[in-house]
Amino acid sequence: MVHLTGEEKSAVTALWGKVNVEEVGGEALGRLLVVYPWTQRFFESFGDLSTADAVMKNANVKKHGKKVLASFSEGLKHLDDLKGTFAALSELHCDKLHVDPENFRLLGNVLVVVLAENLKNEFTPELQSAYQKVAPGVANALAHNYH
Amino acid sequence: MVLGAADRTAVRALWLKLGSNVGVYTTEALERTFQAFPSTKTYFLHLDLSPGSAQVRAHGQKVADALTLAVDHLDDLPSALSALRELHAHKLRVDPVKFQLLVHCLLVTLARHYPGDFSPSLQASLNKFLSHVISALAPNCH
Repeated sequence: MVHLTGEEKSAVTALWGKVNVEEVGGEALGRLLVVYPWTQRFFESFGDLSTADAVMKNANVKKHGKKVLASFSEGLKHLDDLKGTFAALSELHCDKLHVDPENFRLLGNVLVVVLAENLKNEFTPELQSAYQKVAPGVANALAHNYH
Repeated sequence: MVLGAADRTAVRALWLKLGSNVGVYTTEALERTFQAFPSTKTYFLHLDLSPGSAQVRAHGQKVADALTLAVDHLDDLPSALSALRELHAHKLRVDPVKFQLLVHCLLVTLARHYPGDFSPSLQASLNKFLSHVISALAPNCH
């Protein structure tokens, strides 16, 4: 369970309202694949990932990034029950996709960097701190049903 | 992850651009680290960690100077950073995982100040460079 104060929860939600979920999702997934190239192992069917430019412009990356961030958005509405919210996705990532949960933590941190890039001065240390609790919460929830 | 020629060029170019402001960013990175990852404060019981603290700023400048030293010695980080390794690994005994947290917050800080310029490939090069710095500070590195 993620322990955020009432104030942190409001701040997280308020900030999320300003996020272009579609774009940020693609940006975060793209940067994950560029900065941590071994993560490309899960996306061999996505086409050209050979350069940073190719990755960031790849339509499949953008589409999948949007999907991933939409799930994250959903999680933000259920901070008191992330494990329940992500139970089915956890099973999917373990049983069908075989993704090492460490990758969820990496993506969480890349997302924080992208938020900083997009929100600049609004991404205060206090807000970063709140998101640094939310991101691992989501990552842990996704790892929870692994066996 | 090998620090290739393109990575070195990117890191050196970034450092030239940051100029004398490196300390400003490393200080902000430290402040963010203490805020987001409170366990890191356990290594700084001797410092005033309140917002705007001059002591944190001074430590930020030390970190900046060390990173600048690293940028100037990309061909031999372990040797250039040997005194700092001795200090952090053997005297201060900092869990190396903590350096990752500071690196993350430094990336966040630079992304915040340079949106648009902070491209994915720059982030990748910077991440590789900082990973090499962390390795050079680890106790088992010779």
